[in-house]
Amino acid sequence: MRKQKINYKKFPDKQGRFGKFGGRFVAETLMPLLLEVEEQYKKAKKSNDFKKKLEYYFTNYVGRPSPLYFAKRISKQLGDVKVYFKRDELNHTGAHKINNCVGQILLAMKMGKKRIVAETGAGQHGLATATVCALFDLKCIIYMGKLDIKRQAPNVFKMKLLGAEIVPVESGTATLKDAMNEALRDWVSNVDDTFYVIGTVAGPHPYPMMVRDFQSIIGIEAKKQILKVEKKLPNYLVACIGGGSNALGLFYPFLNDESVQIFGVEAGGEGTNTKKHAASLSKGKPGFLHGNYTYLLQDEHGQITDAHSISAGLDYPGIGPEHSWLKEQGRVKYFSATDREALEAFKLCSKLEGIIPALEPSHALAFLLKNAKKFKKNDLIIMNMCGRGDKDIFSISEHLDVKLNQK
Amino acid sequence: MENRIEKKFKELKSSNKKALITFITSGDPNYKTSQKIMQTLRLNNVDLIEIGIPFSDPMADGPTIQRSSQRAIKSGSKLESTFKLIQEFRVKEKKIPIILMGYFNPIFQYGLERFFKKCRIVGVDGIIVVDLPPEENDYILRFTKKFNIHNIRLLTPTTNKKRLKQILKYTNGFLYYISVMGITGTKKPSILEVEKSVKEIRKMSNLPICVGFGITNRNQIKNLNRFSDGCVVGSAIVKFIEEFCKGKVTEKKMLTSISDFLANLQK
Ligand SMILES: Cc1ncc(COP(=O)(O)O)c(C=O)c1O
Repeated sequence: MRKQKINYKKFPDKQGRFGKFGGRFVAETLMPLLLEVEEQYKKAKKSNDFKKKLEYYFTNYVGRPSPLYFAKRISKQLGDVKVYFKRDELNHTGAHKINNCVGQILLAMKMGKKRIVAETGAGQHGLATATVCALFDLKCIIYMGKLDIKRQAPNVFKMKLLGAEIVPVESGTATLKDAMNEALRDWVSNVDDTFYVIGTVAGPHPYPMMVRDFQSIIGIEAKKQILKVEKKLPNYLVACIGGGSNALGLFYPFLNDESVQIFGVEAGGEGTNTKKHAASLSKGKPGFLHGNYTYLLQDEHGQITDAHSISAGLDYPGIGPEHSWLKEQGRVKYFSATDREALEAFKLCSKLEGIIPALEPSHALAFLLKNAKKFKKNDLIIMNMCGRGDKDIFSISEHLDVKLNQK
Repeated sequence: MENRIEKKFKELKSSNKKALITFITSGDPNYKTSQKIMQTLRLNNVDLIEIGIPFSDPMADGPTIQRSSQRAIKSGSKLESTFKLIQEFRVKEKKIPIILMGYFNPIFQYGLERFFKKCRIVGVDGIIVVDLPPEENDYILRFTKKFNIHNIRLLTPTTNKKRLKQILKYTNGFLYYISVMGITGTKKPSILEVEKSVKEIRKMSNLPICVGFGITNRNQIKNLNRFSDGCVVGSAIVKFIEEFCKGKVTEKKMLTSISDFLANLQK
């Protein structure tokens, strides 16, 4: 029997499900709020006024469209394939995160909210949120794991300059997942005036859908751009996966294009055969966290376990529910790259292309380098260069020193 | 077979009394001490005992219960040991209803049918799954019915009329009204606001209504009990356990402090 063709644009369903994944698993206090956000989002999506505003800020503030750049020397390194970088690292604030922040904060204002809370890992989502809050004169509170505050000092400093309040999170593992717990706790405690801007395609419905929609500008542009210069669709898409928002942003507009093969790259940390990684899809199993059903790193008793990655932005034990579903559908294939491989890719990209990438997309590039032999000549690949490396140079210099000392 | 929760509320009603419900986390700070605390609760005639299943990411809990959960996980508290704790408690104590309160993931990973069956076997009477809203109730409905475990639901200041109806459809035993907008053990409830909400809920349901979150003293309880059917005290008890863990008091002193505290609440 032939497998029935799926229209990927039809998901999530009414309950916020992607197949069996997703949904809305939160305490009662949050339920009415989530329903309200969903309703308002649906209205906004149809409103021309909202669309115009979004477009205005994308063009004039974020700097969209971002270029699709033919990375010639990397392509050569990979054996005469054609790699294009979708350069969302050139966005204002240096990553794709701001696409979603502009969208959600415009929605928050439409809903009359005056206080914004957000979680952040690498600090990129926090930075983007703080930036847009400064722009619109909104109160901004950023929850950030204590460990991440140390790893991402430049972003912490910037957020403070922008007027945001940073709340260090010490509970649990003091990283991204705990920051998300704290942001959710803040939201339930301040429901009247507060909007929670989630930074990735995770959380309870409607967040995974909403964040995906705002980020899908990446893929919409990339598709137009590649068709213009190459006159055909790409053979492959590649993106790194923390919660999965930059990846879905690129992938989503291509999901129904069967000829396009799609790869997501998780953080392999010290190796997926060790305990120190963040590869929820390859090594986790489905469960419930942060309001949705998805693949999670957890022990046999259902306690969430620590994720590990050199990149604070990928250091999350879960993954957006749509990715869990795309994995089970076989539509997207998921792999991982280790800390070490990402560092090598980071160095190579800087030298060959004059682009210092963030550690997160370095994972996507590492995957390409690792699999260079599997691609054919002239294969067309789009990789999401979703962030620049400014935020990472201090922590990377430390890592590189450690290696020098070991010699 | 009558569920202990219904029986308890009938008894309380006929003697014109209100329920005192207490919360502790299973295995905080360890199995043995949990056993002793359970006995202390029993000897002080609390009406219902709520036992928290520890979870690594307790989204609806404030710092006190978060730390309690972490201590419990560290001491090796698992669902198996929680069931054992209850089973051993039930050897002597047949009457006090026991309610398990937890987050969905540990329960789901244990296996839903296995979980509810075990609840029945060891003598659990009700369950509160914090992060399972009525919209997702299908996950457990079959099993709560099959094993006669009451599905107790939380109502909050944000619950509107439409939701209230939906929630009532899936609730039995009693209604748990969360008195504040927020997490456990942080804000103090406004008695007037709670009274208004409880009266609204009464118009739509005959179930007993108990109030929880932020309740720490006798005065609050007296005021709340003028219109509610009982109160839940959680963080205030867990704080005694925390004192003990910090080495500030001995175990014995902690147990007498809990005793004194409960006696005072019931005065
Ligand atoms: C540059 C960059 N890429 C990727 C991520 C990971 O998030 P996501 O998988 O949602 O794109 C982050 C998160 O902070 C980031 O800063």
